[in-house]
Amino acid sequence: MSLNNWQPVIGLEVHVQLATRTKLFSSSPIAFGADPNTQASEIDLGLPGVLPVLNKEAISHALKFGCAINAEISEKVIFARKNYFYPDLPKGYQISQLDDPIVGKGSVEIKLGDKSKIIGVTRAHLEEDAGKSIHDLYSNNSAIDLNRAGTCLLEIVSEPDLSSAKEAVEYLKKIHSIVTFLGISDGDMSQGSMRCDANVSVKKPNDQKLGTRTELKNINSFKFVEKAIIFEIDRQIKELEKGEEIIQETRLYDSKKNLTRSMRSKEEANDYRYFPEPDLIPIKISKDQINEVRKNLPELPEIMKERFMNSYELSDDNAELVTINKETASFFEEVLSYEVSPKNAVNWITGDLFALLNKNDTNISESKVNPKHIAEIIQNIEDQKISGPSAKKLLEIVWSEGGEIQELIQKEGLEQISNDDEIEKILDEVISENQKQFEQLKSGKDRLQGFFVGKVMKKTSGSASPQVVNKLLKDKLSK
Amino acid sequence: MSELINLSLTDQILGLADKSFSSKEITGAYLNEIKKKESLNCFISVFEKESEEKALMADENIAKNKARPLEGIPIAHKDIFCIKDKKTTCGSKMLSNFISPYSSEVFSKLDTAGAITLGKTNMDEFAMGSSNETSFYGNVLNPINEKLSPGGSSGGSAAAVRANLCSFATATDTGGSIRQPASFCGVTGIKPTYGRVSRWGMIAFASSLDQAGIIAKNAKDAAIALKYMSGFDQKDSTSLNEEVKDLQKEVDADQEHIIGIPKDLIENIKNDQVRDSFKNAISILEKDGAKIVEINLPHIEYSLPAYYVIAPAECSANLARYDGIRFGHRSESVSSLEDLYVNSRTEGFGREVKNRIFIGTFCLSAGYYDAFYNKALKIRNLIKSDFDEAFKKVSSIAMPTCSNSSFELGSINDPVEMYEQDIYTIPANLAGLPALSIPSGTADEMPIGLQLIGNYLEEGRILNLANKFQKLTNFHEFK
Repeated sequence: MSLNNWQPVIGLEVHVQLATRTKLFSSSPIAFGADPNTQASEIDLGLPGVLPVLNKEAISHALKFGCAINAEISEKVIFARKNYFYPDLPKGYQISQLDDPIVGKGSVEIKLGDKSKIIGVTRAHLEEDAGKSIHDLYSNNSAIDLNRAGTCLLEIVSEPDLSSAKEAVEYLKKIHSIVTFLGISDGDMSQGSMRCDANVSVKKPNDQKLGTRTELKNINSFKFVEKAIIFEIDRQIKELEKGEEIIQETRLYDSKKNLTRSMRSKEEANDYRYFPEPDLIPIKISKDQINEVRKNLPELPEIMKERFMNSYELSDDNAELVTINKETASFFEEVLSYEVSPKNAVNWITGDLFALLNKNDTNISESKVNPKHIAEIIQNIEDQKISGPSAKKLLEIVWSEGGEIQELIQKEGLEQISNDDEIEKILDEVISENQKQFEQLKSGKDRLQGFFVGKVMKKTSGSASPQVVNKLLKDKLSK
Repeated sequence: MSELINLSLTDQILGLADKSFSSKEITGAYLNEIKKKESLNCFISVFEKESEEKALMADENIAKNKARPLEGIPIAHKDIFCIKDKKTTCGSKMLSNFISPYSSEVFSKLDTAGAITLGKTNMDEFAMGSSNETSFYGNVLNPINEKLSPGGSSGGSAAAVRANLCSFATATDTGGSIRQPASFCGVTGIKPTYGRVSRWGMIAFASSLDQAGIIAKNAKDAAIALKYMSGFDQKDSTSLNEEVKDLQKEVDADQEHIIGIPKDLIENIKNDQVRDSFKNAISILEKDGAKIVEINLPHIEYSLPAYYVIAPAECSANLARYDGIRFGHRSESVSSLEDLYVNSRTEGFGREVKNRIFIGTFCLSAGYYDAFYNKALKIRNLIKSDFDEAFKKVSSIAMPTCSNSSFELGSINDPVEMYEQDIYTIPANLAGLPALSIPSGTADEMPIGLQLIGNYLEEGRILNLANKFQKLTNFHEFK
């Protein structure tokens, strides 16, 4: 088998849960983690006689997305019923959109190393989410939680413009960054705020016609998107090279076993019997409304990145890193508001702070470390009031306990000893305790220099300035 | 006290106001009559104790000069309107155990206006039927001749008004369900403009056609009742945000009338008695000064087939929520999810409801949607334009309500023959126009109705014309 003989063709359907205050068609609040069925009204339960009323905030969120990807915006928004039976779908139909999706054709640009690629977005439409079925709570029964039923989703459908799992991941990250920068979704994939299906096929590079595609469901992290697509491309190529045909079907990704397996074939697929939702009237979107949204669009990641490169002289990579999401970008700019050097700010945020975030699997807005902490740590280093190692120690204390930097420096005795006399006294002690090594250093064994600096640092619990120690040691050697 | 129940709503309001009698007396009289005529099977629920208590409160309000417009007037609601903490069955086994946790807007408005709800009236299952024979609770008997049908689906409401079991009753009309039973029982029934009365809490049959209205003793009573039931409701997106006219005033105003007569339709009436009585009614109005104009409604003959695509299509989705999961009938014999759906729905729905779900599901299926549903929508638009054209020349349109008077219970077994009951009433639903039926003569010794159709939001005008007719004739009088 050789990937070189085959060209993957991939399109993604991304479901983004919109951060609206209430549900798409009811005034029930949206709160993650609430007790089951406490965030569901008679409308969400689909009781006899209830009627949907459209949440205008969802329209405005969808318009923001449409404007951000320079898409055509539909002049009128029509909802349709998508009919199918499922226990967590209370009405027996989902209110979605078929014709006239609110967002039409648009595009996003993804970065692949030095190159970039334009990925077409076919459409994005509004729809309500279903509830959740829970099968492992009771031994003989399934449970249903309708808290999620009726929450607003924006389904973003891409063109089959993606040619590798890597590109799919980059596209997904781009969508993630757009919706979070716009503030229309928290983009939290672990909580299901962003979910993704992938349509995957392979063809010979010269074939005009696309191969038969499969639809991969349930791939809910950046990592799984990549793995699932890689597995599926590989599976399809193996089948084709065996002379088998690809069956058009829906496949489920099993992240534990890292494989996809058949869920239902095209023949078994639902006939959703879409028809216009008679309980809602078409919504007109005016040019003025679109212009208003466009005018008030927040700064998007690409533009922000360029600004950071120009105003703060950040490298491309560094600018990319601090604009990875909205929270990081605001954090960075807030650190700068304390007038510290942008380069130091980037290093501290993307270095030590990111390491802590990754290690603890959390995000910047949830950590105890705030921009003022980082700014003050940097200022103290810049003023040579604390040493590098002390600074790292400070960050770890603030990470786990919070607190004020100045107080912590006092309390933990981390103030750097920049008084030469004091450091010289300690250096003398170290030399007298290690005469042999000092003689060796004198006779040209330069690598022992670090040994002495280290000893001094240890004795002062890291509060001595390494520069001063080095300077004093040199003085002594030249005597 | 029995004469109190014979009084018109207008006289009951006056009598209560000048304390000629109390709400306690009138409520008691109706409750007695309901018991006496239990065999008519007009009611699915009767709220005896609660009505008596409310009557005492009403009398207190009247004594304190705090009477609301319909203070102490005993009425009945079709069992399609949800009332909080009350059983709301929609005439179906499926909902025979359903206690609504919320109230319909129709109930709330009339309750706020001071009316007392005596009980909930029998109806064809989910409002699907023209004879009242599809009710899970057994058919209602026509109070004029108990061997005959009261009509449907609001047969319980029409019979209850005719049998003096309530002052007036609410009802709903999707294809004629107010007007046909009104015609069969010799009472006055009005279906207002689509969107004039909120559908919130009214169990849906076909959302784009369903409209709540009133069955009353005469046009004046209907005008008063309708006035307090109408109005914009933000819980119903299809509700019209238009000012509610003072129908009570308009019904008695001095108005000129130009009546349009669809000539071809009248010439094709097969029943001589129906045709003669119609012509007689028109000549009475003409003698009184109304101008009679011949009009053309070229597409009206396609109303029935268009309706029997659109209504079942919408019903197939609207009734999907009755799945045995959250409320309503749930089959005992279940070993899988599919069993739960199939058995609950098979047991819970009657034959006619199943017929219509099948028709609707078929019409919306892939490959048939354009041939049936889309074509039906086009016909609907043509019928609307026919009416728009006609209303450029006339202020109302007259035709018979029904092609026959009441028939014997059990005599119509062919569903299509039953569907033809609605042949004259369906066009107003397809166009969303207000339409009423008033007694205008007899055929085979049973009442038949004259149907008056008005332009959008011109309920007042057709009520005015109906009132005029009722001043000139006594077809509407009964004891």
